[in-house]
Amino acid sequence: MSRMDDRPMDIVTTQPVQRHRVTYPRFLARALAAATDGSLAFYAWMTGLTAVFLVGVNAWAHQVTSGMIHTNMTDHVSWGLYIANFTFLVGVAAGGVMMVIPAYLYKDKKMQDVVILGEILAIAAILACLAFVTVDLGRPGRVWHMFPGVGRFHFPMSMLTWDVVVLSGYLLLNLHVVGYLLYTRFLGRQPNPRWYKPFVLVSIVWAISIHTVTAFLYCGLGGRPFWNSALLAPRFLASAFVAGPAFLIVTMLVLRRFGRVDLPQRPIDVLVRIVRVAILVNLLMVASELFTEFYTGGAHTAAARYLFFGHEGATALVPWIWTALACALVAAFLFLRPGASARSGTLAVACVLAFVGAWIEKGMGLIVPGFVPSTLHEIVEYTPSHLEWRVSAGIVAFGLLVYSAALKVALPIFRGTLRLPGAETAAPEEGS
Amino acid sequence: MSDDQAVEPAPGLSRRRVMKALGATLGAAAFGAAAAPLLDQEAPDAAALFQRHYKELSRDEKAEVIQRLEDEAREAYGRNVSIADPKPRWRTKFAYAINLSLCNGNGKCVEACHRENNHDRETNQSYIRVLEMPKGTMDMEQGNTTYTHAVPAEGKFYLPVQCQQCDEPPCVNVCPVEATWKERDGIVVVDYDWCIGCRYCMAACPYHARRFNWKAPVVPADELNPEQGYLSNRVRPQGVVEKCHFCLHRTREGRLPACLEACPTGARVFGNILDPQSPIRRVLEDKRVYVLKEELGTKPSFFYFFDA
Ligand code: SF4
Repeated sequence: MSRMDDRPMDIVTTQPVQRHRVTYPRFLARALAAATDGSLAFYAWMTGLTAVFLVGVNAWAHQVTSGMIHTNMTDHVSWGLYIANFTFLVGVAAGGVMMVIPAYLYKDKKMQDVVILGEILAIAAILACLAFVTVDLGRPGRVWHMFPGVGRFHFPMSMLTWDVVVLSGYLLLNLHVVGYLLYTRFLGRQPNPRWYKPFVLVSIVWAISIHTVTAFLYCGLGGRPFWNSALLAPRFLASAFVAGPAFLIVTMLVLRRFGRVDLPQRPIDVLVRIVRVAILVNLLMVASELFTEFYTGGAHTAAARYLFFGHEGATALVPWIWTALACALVAAFLFLRPGASARSGTLAVACVLAFVGAWIEKGMGLIVPGFVPSTLHEIVEYTPSHLEWRVSAGIVAFGLLVYSAALKVALPIFRGTLRLPGAETAAPEEGS
Repeated sequence: MSDDQAVEPAPGLSRRRVMKALGATLGAAAFGAAAAPLLDQEAPDAAALFQRHYKELSRDEKAEVIQRLEDEAREAYGRNVSIADPKPRWRTKFAYAINLSLCNGNGKCVEACHRENNHDRETNQSYIRVLEMPKGTMDMEQGNTTYTHAVPAEGKFYLPVQCQQCDEPPCVNVCPVEATWKERDGIVVVDYDWCIGCRYCMAACPYHARRFNWKAPVVPADELNPEQGYLSNRVRPQGVVEKCHFCLHRTREGRLPACLEACPTGARVFGNILDPQSPIRRVLEDKRVYVLKEELGTKPSFFYFFDA
C-alpha cells in the first residue's frame, strides 16, 4: 500500500492498519467540523436550505399518511413532477462526467484540480434522484420488496431494476473515488492510482449507462408512442451534457465570486466548449424528432401536437415547452458567441437558461405528454399540485445541502488548508 | 479531537461549538415536527409489515393472512366478509369477447364492476371504460368516454375496454418486484400486499387497464360485497395498483364475470377457450374477431367482433 513515491517524512506510513483506525475517525470529525463552519452567508444559505428541506419532509409525511390523492396525478397521468425531476437529475448526475473525462482521459492538469466538483455533483444528484423515486412510491414502506435476497428483484426483465442497479452503482463508485481522494489528501499523501483510477474509468462508462438505462425506462414502452423513439437515449445524453456542465460552471463562478475561492479559468473554458457541442447536438435531435412527428402526421402525433400547440382546447403544457425552447435557443446563442467564457455574468445567464431549458424538456415536457392523450386517447391534463412542488423543493434543497456541505469539506482539503496535523508539515509544497 | 489544529482561532471555538450544538438540536427538533404526521399514524402490525410475496406464503401463512384481513374488514365495516383464494382450474384458459353490433353503450357493465369489486365510491372507479365511436372508424382518437346522452346515439357504436389479459403483458414485464404476474388460466393478477406503488405498470399498459389507489377506497358498509377474493375484489389498501381480474373469485368457481351478467344486450361472451363446447370457442371459430392494438404484440385474450 505504501508506495515508493510516498513522501519520505510522512509520519503516517508506519503501522498501516492502526494508523487508519486513528486517522480515519479524525478525518471524519474534521470533515464534519469543516462542513458546519463558515461565514454568516454560508450559515444563512444552509439554514435556508434546511428550512425548505423540512417543508418538503412535512409535505411528504402528509402524502404518505393521507395518500397521493393530494398530488394532481391521476390514473391517466400517473407520473408527474416527481418522475420528471428524477429523469432530469439523472442527467445532471451523468453530466458530472464531463469533468472526469478531460481530467483523466485527456490528463488535463487544471481539470484534475477541480474534478472533485463533478464527482460531488454526481453524488448529490443521485441522492436526490433516489429521493424523487421514493416519494413517488405509493408504499414507500415496502421498498425492501426490491432488495435481492429478502424481496423479489425482477432482474433482468424490468428496466426499473436495471435503473436501480446502475444508479446505486454510480453512487458507490463516486462515493469511493471522492472519499478516497479526500482522505489521502487529508493525510497529505499522493493518492495511489491503483485505488481510484480503475474506478474513475468505470465511472465514465457507468455515467453513460445511467442515463441510457433511464431513457430505456420510457422508450421501451410500446404503448406510449411519444416515448417509443430510438432517439430518446441519445437525446437524454446530449441534454445531460448540457445541464451537468452548466451547473458546474455556475458553481465555479459562484465559488469564485462569493466564496472567494481561487479557481483556475481553464476548467470553465473546457466545460463551455463541451456545452457548445452538446447544446447543438441536442437541438438537432429535437428538430429531427419534431420533423418526424409533424411531417408524418397521423394519430401518433397527438402527444407532440398537444405539447406544442394544445389539443382540443387542452393547453397546459404549451407555455412550458415554448419556454424550454426559448431558453435553449437563447442559451445556444450565448454559448456560441466567441469569448463566451470571458464574461462571467453572461456566461452565468447562459448556463441558467440552458439548465432550465433542459429541466423542462426532460421533465414536464417529456414525462407528461407520454400520458396525454392517454392510451385510450382521453385528454386529462396535469399540472403539479402545491404538495408536489413542496416535496420537490424539499428534495432539491436536500441535494443542495449535500452538495454544499461536501464542497465545503473538499475545497480546503484540495487546497491543502485542511490537513491532518503533522501531515501538513510533511507536505509543505502544497500548503503554500 | 479538540487538540487538533483548529480551522478557527481557539477563542471562537467553544462559542462556535455551543452554537453548532444548539443548531443541531433545533434542527433535529424541527425535523421531528416536520415528520410528525408519519408518527401519528396507527402503527401497522409486524405481520403485515413483513408479509411475504403471495407465491412464497405457505398454506398456513396464507390462512393467517386471510384471517387477519377478514378480522380487519369486520372491524372496519362491522360485517363478516369471506376472502377466498381460488386457484386456477386445470385445463382452463379464459378469454372474453364483445359483440360490438349488440353493445349499445348503456354502461351497465361499468356499474356492475364498480359494485362487484368494491371500488371507491367517491371516484366512481371501475375497471371498464366505454368509448363512444363514430361509425366508420376504428381510430380510438375519435372516441369519447364521457358521453351522458341517451344511448345508442345516431351514427355511433360503443367500444368497452378493460384489461385485455394479454399473453405478452407489458405490465408484468416492467414490475420491479414481481407484484403482478400472469396466472395459468391467463388472468393477470396483482398482489396488493406486495405492490410498492411505483406505477410503472400503468405507464406500460397500452389499454388503460390499471388503476391506482390514490387514497384508501371508501365503500359504505351496507354496499360492501362480502364475497371476496384475495387476488381480486377484496378492498384494496391505499397506494397500490389494481386491475380487472376477470372476476376470478367468480369465474374460477364456474360462474360468470359480473360485467357479463349485468349486460342487458347479451353482447358479452366469456369462457374457457380450451373447452370445445364453450360459447367463447364458438365465437372465435365462427366470427371474424379482432384485438385492440394488435401491432404492439401484446396478444390480448380479449376479442371484439361485429355480427355479419
Ligand atoms: S405499481 Fe405495483 S404492480 Fe405496478 S409495477 Fe409497480 S410494484 Fe409492480
